[in-house]
Amino acid sequence: MRAIVLSVLLVLASQAAAVEPGERLSNPALEARARSISTTLRCLVCQNESIDESNADLAHDIRVLVRQRLLAGDTDTQVRQAIVDRYGQFVLLNPPVEPATYLLWFGPVAMLLIGCVGVAIWLRRRPVATIDTAPLNEDEQRRLDTLLRELDH
Amino acid sequence: MRRALFILPLLLFLVLAVYFALALRPGRNPQELPSALIDKEAPAFQLPGLNGDGIARDALKGQPILINFFASWCLPCREEHPLLMRLAEQEHVPLYGIDYKDKPEAARRLLQEFGDPYRAIGVDRDGSVGLDFGVYGVPETYVLDSSGHIRKRFVGPLTAEEVNKELLPLLKALQRS
Repeated sequence: MRAIVLSVLLVLASQAAAVEPGERLSNPALEARARSISTTLRCLVCQNESIDESNADLAHDIRVLVRQRLLAGDTDTQVRQAIVDRYGQFVLLNPPVEPATYLLWFGPVAMLLIGCVGVAIWLRRRPVATIDTAPLNEDEQRRLDTLLRELDH
Repeated sequence: MRRALFILPLLLFLVLAVYFALALRPGRNPQELPSALIDKEAPAFQLPGLNGDGIARDALKGQPILINFFASWCLPCREEHPLLMRLAEQEHVPLYGIDYKDKPEAARRLLQEFGDPYRAIGVDRDGSVGLDFGVYGVPETYVLDSSGHIRKRFVGPLTAEEVNKELLPLLKALQRS
């Protein structure tokens, strides 16, 4: 039992974010919004962590900036836009769907469709084995009989 | 038609090969990001000076300039320091410094020891100007044209090659226009 409790605690501990107590907003609703925005923003120092998880100095600065903007009354979109204006689209962990990213978003599906079309064309062009359903003529019947007789012996 | 179909995989391979060759070429830093502010007006700032006069964006307009974010705690900054000295003393480039998230005394000591290449230095104690510029790793060097628009950013220590092949030609072109 103890082991289970401990392992559950360990798992929970690994979920802990890098947000420092001093950064938190006293308004829980705003803080929750800040956290959810933070998880979608890339830390530009580590580049594969969100600013919510990163201990880098820059991540701290951006977390504080996000909270300042929220306190100033910005919407979530406005906050995100303020960060994108400074650091570019790369800062978004989830790239937006727009002409420049169509290839990224729809490329894989397009490849799949092209593959399907290719397979369809190939299947259609392949010569189909025709089945001859006409009854056997005398000659064929005789050959069949001989073969069957050989099998019986 | 048939034959074209057989060449297709080869063509695909060549496209990929070119892509990989570009992505893996020596000297490319995959972590380097283009500035989001290229060709946009530099964010407004007004900073107290490290020694004497402070700097402000609007007062710097009128000629192409360099703005260099540095800090005394930043080791790569020392690496590029001799180049900055050369830019200031031999090329007479208008170079302005922003001391990023640093203790002013420490920055003063550094410049006393290694020399001061800057025409003026602003102190960005809390890093907010850096944040507005999209600084993500000092040193960073920005080229501003005479109207105060950002034309280029160099991330990390400048190299002699970057200075000779990119920075100086760009500055010359901006001075002419």
